[in-house]
Amino acid sequence: MDRAIGVVGAGVMGVGVAQNLAQTGHEVVLVDTSEAILAEARATIRNNCRMSRLTGGPELDPDAVLARITTAVGASAVAKVDIVVENVTENWDVKRGVYQELDAACGPDTVFVVNTSAIPITQVASITKRPANVIGVHFMNPVPAKPAVEMIPGVHTSEQTIERTRAMLSAMGKRAIPVKDACGFVSNRVLMLTVNEAAYLVHEGVADAAGVDDVFRSCFGHPMGPLETADLIGVDTILYSVEVLYDQYSDSKYRPCPLLREMTAAGLHGRKTGRGFYDYGGSNRAVV
Amino acid sequence: MAENVKDQILGFLESRFPDVEIPETEDIFQLGFVNSLFAMELVMFIEKTFGVTIPNDELRLDNFRTVKSMAELVDRRTALAETAEV
Repeated sequence: MDRAIGVVGAGVMGVGVAQNLAQTGHEVVLVDTSEAILAEARATIRNNCRMSRLTGGPELDPDAVLARITTAVGASAVAKVDIVVENVTENWDVKRGVYQELDAACGPDTVFVVNTSAIPITQVASITKRPANVIGVHFMNPVPAKPAVEMIPGVHTSEQTIERTRAMLSAMGKRAIPVKDACGFVSNRVLMLTVNEAAYLVHEGVADAAGVDDVFRSCFGHPMGPLETADLIGVDTILYSVEVLYDQYSDSKYRPCPLLREMTAAGLHGRKTGRGFYDYGGSNRAVV
Repeated sequence: MAENVKDQILGFLESRFPDVEIPETEDIFQLGFVNSLFAMELVMFIEKTFGVTIPNDELRLDNFRTVKSMAELVDRRTALAETAEV
């Protein structure tokens, strides 16, 4: 890889992708809409590097990792990169605006990797002038710790784009599992419905969040229950993903649980805001 | 070792896991209900509560396995900080 890799969006996923790329020796340009978000992203990466060994990862020097990451505001900062990994929020209007900017800013050979858990890749490709260079990769969270991703070619994605993407993923230590371009792919068709239904159980008072998760951990042997997983992914992201599935399939089985809407509006987005289905503030264990 | 350090750590664990009895020498990771992400929360809690910074070479899972090992870590860091101030 000769040139830097652009990472657009410095939220939970973008930060994870940027760190993973940097710790595997890539130069990274990390872009978002404000300096404040980027400062926060650098602080998060520093902290995650410190904690790496604690969570089963390699020993990382935070300064060395951060030295490979340049941060900048605006799409023009990624004008000269080979590959852009886009990680903005799972909202079509937001993604559309970002791709219009990226398509105008980047050279015609630049590959756009859409990091999405639900939005169809061909739909993203259709608003660019480079549909052969657009491909989906569904990274899992926390990105540096996960050994595999879903890789999703769109209708027009070229073999060359698939190979360039596979090479980048391989260099990041990731195995690509190819799946077809259907909204939600494999992972989120199943996971989002599971989380949504788990939220309904809490909403209806059938069990509290701890009870729901206990059943999945203790009876099914899952390492985490669906609502702990929701807090890790972000309750707002869960809601947006379920809404995308609902819109794409026009099928009522994807109707979002009102509790997810309420929590999203209240800022109870999970670990990233300190409280979701569980409280991460340390004062008590207030659970929804 | 300051008992209140142990008590505060125990208080934090009990607030998160109210249904579980946690002896101070019990390996919390062996109990099966916490994962490595919780280790990160423990680091944040300890640094914030006791005003210490845990250096990279102390960020080992073994330092966070038991209430006792966490309290010993806090004591080590506090002692170092006090020496530095003198």
